[in-house]
Amino acid sequence: MKILRFILQKEFRQIFRDKSILAMMFAMPIVQLVVLPLAMDFDVKHIKLSVVDMDNSSFSQRLIHKIYASGYFIPISSNTSYNGAIHHIEKEEADIILEIPLNFERNLIREGKQRVGVYADAINGTKSGIGTAYLNRIISDFSSELEWNAESRPRGSIEILQRSWYNPLEAYKFNVVPAVLVLLLTLIGGFMTALNIVKEKEIGTIEQINVSPIKKWQFILGKMIPFWVIGIIIFTLGLMICFFVYGIALQGSLWLLYLFAAVYLVAVLGFGLLISTYSDNQVQAMFIAFFFMMIFMLMSGFFTSTDSMPRWARTLSDLTPVTHFVKVVRMIVLKGSDFSDVQLEFLYLIVFAIILNVWAIWNYRKTS
Amino acid sequence: MFGLPIVQIILFGFALSSEVKNIRMIVADYAKDFQSQRLIEKIKTSDYFVVEQANVHYTQIEDAFKKGDIKAALIIPSNFSSDQLHLGQSPVQLITDGSDPNISKTVTNYLTSIFMDFGREFNTSSINPLFLQIQPELRMLYNEEGNGSLNFIPGVMALILMIVCTALTSVSVVKEKEMGTMEILLVSPFKPVFVLIAKAIPYLLLSLANFTLILLLTAFALDVEIRGSILLLYFESTLFIVTCLSLGLLISNITNSQQTALLISLMGMMLPTLIFTGFIMPLENMPGFFQVLSHIVPSRWYYLAVKSVMLKGLGLTYVWKETLVLTLMTIILLSLALRRFKVRL
Repeated sequence: MKILRFILQKEFRQIFRDKSILAMMFAMPIVQLVVLPLAMDFDVKHIKLSVVDMDNSSFSQRLIHKIYASGYFIPISSNTSYNGAIHHIEKEEADIILEIPLNFERNLIREGKQRVGVYADAINGTKSGIGTAYLNRIISDFSSELEWNAESRPRGSIEILQRSWYNPLEAYKFNVVPAVLVLLLTLIGGFMTALNIVKEKEIGTIEQINVSPIKKWQFILGKMIPFWVIGIIIFTLGLMICFFVYGIALQGSLWLLYLFAAVYLVAVLGFGLLISTYSDNQVQAMFIAFFFMMIFMLMSGFFTSTDSMPRWARTLSDLTPVTHFVKVVRMIVLKGSDFSDVQLEFLYLIVFAIILNVWAIWNYRKTS
Repeated sequence: MFGLPIVQIILFGFALSSEVKNIRMIVADYAKDFQSQRLIEKIKTSDYFVVEQANVHYTQIEDAFKKGDIKAALIIPSNFSSDQLHLGQSPVQLITDGSDPNISKTVTNYLTSIFMDFGREFNTSSINPLFLQIQPELRMLYNEEGNGSLNFIPGVMALILMIVCTALTSVSVVKEKEMGTMEILLVSPFKPVFVLIAKAIPYLLLSLANFTLILLLTAFALDVEIRGSILLLYFESTLFIVTCLSLGLLISNITNSQQTALLISLMGMMLPTLIFTGFIMPLENMPGFFQVLSHIVPSRWYYLAVKSVMLKGLGLTYVWKETLVLTLMTIILLSLALRRFKVRL
């Protein structure tokens, strides 16, 4: 025990001696928590619309007016032909073209139906999908508002009363900020630990430790505990920023959140340790860690939802601890889920922690 | 280095998607009549939802949300059909999980479209001849197949080229500094300029190989049609690679340890590139300051250029602006790197 205490002392001293790493460890959360939520706004608004109105009737003018009045669309141009409008899409100036044919109003009244052309730049699937959905809705609203139609009772319309629970205004920050907390812990736990140990390998001081009577478990605990402590501190710092800067109040139990953070940290630390046993120098360690970190972050549901993944991808995603923690943090913070709701994820995390650490310890050889 | 692009393309091409599918939804049908059944059938046949029908109480819905089992709940009141008959309109309640606003909004949109379709069936000319209908005819340009990952691919190219080039170049130069062999190179009759250029060229070739790999994967594994001139594509990519290499050289000048160089190139470059290229998060939604900042990030311009050339099939006349900016950036970065290159250590 005493040996462990001395080792911990040495580790903490080493960490605090390196000013640049220290600065980064505390600056990183702040930067990420401030920059990422500001940048991550997936809302589809400001859709750039080019209109080709070949009719110029009162109906077409009213329709166009209604479209712009919705606030979702930005008028880009008013062209006389499709060929003129398509240039705007090519130059990335417009997202959608609306084409109203000649004699629109007259034919609509005479024949009872008319087609309008909607051409969307579909490279960005989400934007074009949602943008065209909005356009459809507005056009449909427009037809029901026509005096002609108001007199004949349209049947079959369904009014949706929609409520969004846990995030009534559907603001993206509620989704992003909890996930950034996970990112922070992952970086500290996985990345930093791996770097730290490999640095010792590179400098050569690890040999000296190996020839001393320090036992393997003492050495490993000595490496992991400082980063675990730092991880918890940064998590707390992150939570405070979450509350004071973003006003996101924790709906669920704080203890539950910390419990999960603690277990998750152990799992990620184990992963960092594992990487360090497989690398000989810092460059290698960084590349490997970076590679895995990227994959984990992308697959975890941080940017895109796990529900949209095909089954094989979802299985892979479930095999990473990050996915579960991201899910749990969002659930506890936003919905106030309690332990019975998240016990499956808890089990997952414990299993991960055990597997990763056992593997790492088994792989770590005192003699190389 | 070759593994990363392959993995990313596979991920973005097949696994990740900002589209919304497989939404688990509970439908509580209190009407249980012909109309409500038809409506539920219609929802089920669309591929977006995984519908579970259960007449649950509010509290049970809340539990299901908290457990993360469902993302949306639809409640059809008992007088659904009679309202339709007498009022022509009936309300239903939709509760969405707001913790993921993307899903929440998209679910609302999807259901609205489905319901509009449902309503349209009542209003065809045969039943209601006086109702005027405007039918939007939708054409998805550049992406008729509806490939959801299309806008990610140029982004992945930009990301990988940027990170790999910058990181590898800077590390390679700094490694020589650290090991001391840089001194030997400097006292030799080589002009220092050539030392740097010689460092950069292997990575230029490697990156071009990497780019070719990504291109092949995109064309064959993801079935994406590459419109536009491949020559132009390679030209733009080479230009971008040179920009990144110059950036790498600049970083290597400033730092003295491999660790710092790697940290700056990987971590420092990754976040800005990820955010400001605009392929995951739309640039136009960001605060003005960020949008201005994004102009400094070279990958932003490259992303636009690749989109225009590869996905839209446009020529040089459309990407002259991006080409110019990248060329300027390269010149600035290179001259900075060369000037700061210390001939004496």
